[in-house]
Amino acid sequence: MLEYWRNRWGGWNTSGETEFHNLQELRHSASLATKVFIQRDYSEGTVCRFQTKFPSELDSRIERTLLEDTVKTLNTYYAEAEKMGGQSYMEGCLACATAYIIFLCMETHYEKVLKKISGYIQEQNEKIYAPRGLLLTDPIERGMRVMEVSVFEDRGSSGSSLSSSATSGGSAQR
Amino acid sequence: MSAVMITRKVRKWESSGKEHFLLRWTRNDGPQKGVFYLTLFLIVGTCLTVLSIRVSRPIAASTLFIWAMITKNVIGACPYLAIHLSPAIPVFAIVLFLFVMAMLLRTSFSDPGVLPRALPEEATFIEMEIEAANGNVPAGQRPPPRIRNVQINGQIVKLKYCYTCKIFRPPRASHCSICDNCVDRFDHHCPWVGNCVGKRNYRYFYLFTLSLSLLTIYIFTFDIVHVVLRSVDSGFVKTLQDTPGTYPFVLVCFFTLWSVVGLTGFHTYLISLNQTTNEDIKGSWSGKNRVQNPYSHKNILKNCCEVLCGPAYPSVLDRRGLMRDDLPITSSAAVPAIRSNPVPQTTKTTAPLIPNEHTPDDTKPSIADTTNPHAEKSSPSPKEEKQPTLYKALHSPSLQSTVWTYEKTCF
Repeated sequence: MLEYWRNRWGGWNTSGETEFHNLQELRHSASLATKVFIQRDYSEGTVCRFQTKFPSELDSRIERTLLEDTVKTLNTYYAEAEKMGGQSYMEGCLACATAYIIFLCMETHYEKVLKKISGYIQEQNEKIYAPRGLLLTDPIERGMRVMEVSVFEDRGSSGSSLSSSATSGGSAQR
Repeated sequence: MSAVMITRKVRKWESSGKEHFLLRWTRNDGPQKGVFYLTLFLIVGTCLTVLSIRVSRPIAASTLFIWAMITKNVIGACPYLAIHLSPAIPVFAIVLFLFVMAMLLRTSFSDPGVLPRALPEEATFIEMEIEAANGNVPAGQRPPPRIRNVQINGQIVKLKYCYTCKIFRPPRASHCSICDNCVDRFDHHCPWVGNCVGKRNYRYFYLFTLSLSLLTIYIFTFDIVHVVLRSVDSGFVKTLQDTPGTYPFVLVCFFTLWSVVGLTGFHTYLISLNQTTNEDIKGSWSGKNRVQNPYSHKNILKNCCEVLCGPAYPSVLDRRGLMRDDLPITSSAAVPAIRSNPVPQTTKTTAPLIPNEHTPDDTKPSIADTTNPHAEKSSPSPKEEKQPTLYKALHSPSLQSTVWTYEKTCF
């Protein structure tokens, strides 16, 4: 319950701090080169979807399929969160009947999915993106408008690959 | 070199909204001084409580009005109706009143769906995309307006660029000049509630108006019933003498009823069509030129379910978070070259649609600019010029311009 309140009232700091930690590890041997933004895809309306088009700036950094898979998985997560089905209607009606006081005690379906998304992005960062000198930022921290991909360059060597110390810093500290 | 991320002890929110409100005050000057003083006590008591916690004045005004209406009518008629008809009548009125207050406070204190302003890197990225799309504008000519066309369910929807927030607004979003924020699914700014009504708090607003209509009708009806029953018992003239204070209030209730019920009816109509007040006023989906609402499910029940029982969207504002310096992008050399491939899902305009479509920059200076005199673009040192990518000290205040301007606590 306390954890719930901390997450509730502390905003999205937890994932931000985790990324900060990852970032610190990367920074030992890398510097931020640029940021690439994956925009929202509004072709299906106002539901949260990101474009699966591969940004050309990342051509040399990561395989197309990996990034596209990540974006597609995130899109399915968001679709699940915003799904208009029996569960969301039940939740809405129950909340209305209790004058929305019940939201103080329980997590909404959307919030549960957002937690899953946060965990997924962190896992992807540790396994796929950090070894390639990239870092995905959770879209919720950018107002659900863009997915930010930070591109790091290795400061020491002339190549663009990160040293292995970066991968060791992937332990989560939530 | 040890990497240090300096966390600036600055909260992310700041308020820059201007508040406009209407203060409606109703008074009862009848000879029933006892009840009047009780009402006055309740009003003053509420006033002091409410204003002492620095709640915005429109909410206080709405609250006080509802309190005044309730206490005057309910306290006068309560005992009589409880004895002669049923005690459930005042109990239901109180329950309904509590629901109204809960919805009012929820609407006022909820984040309506504010879109945070773009961080500097994002703003730069968007600017570059715009420049790439516009190509070379000959000197002396105005650049074309910043609009993106998106196709949604077979309709072309124009996404406008917000010069204040430095973003292309999502569909149905609009910039509220009173709150000075872009709000998702912007409906309107309600002066009574002192807040914008948007995606996140529209259902609370609707339930507030609906329950207030029901409450007003309920109280009005039972006031009439009370007067009628008393007249049956003791004659109409004596009743008029016994309860003179009720009548001005009944009159006020009658006129209020029409406006509140009218508003509820209007919003019911909008919900059934899945439109916002903003779209209705602008006539976006009025049917001219075969323009239809792409967001409507063409089914009234589905539209109502989506608006009222849809998922509870989270707030994307991190009000209690601390401003944290992010790693800045340093020199322009590091910024990626102009993207070669245009984004396929959006088509950029090639010709200006309406001359001078773009809005001028907000005259209000950014709060961040005034608070931080040290904001400057970092420049590469000679030693680091060999590498195109640079790492700058984290005390460079790159986040100065990203100040959320929304202060209310959010649910």
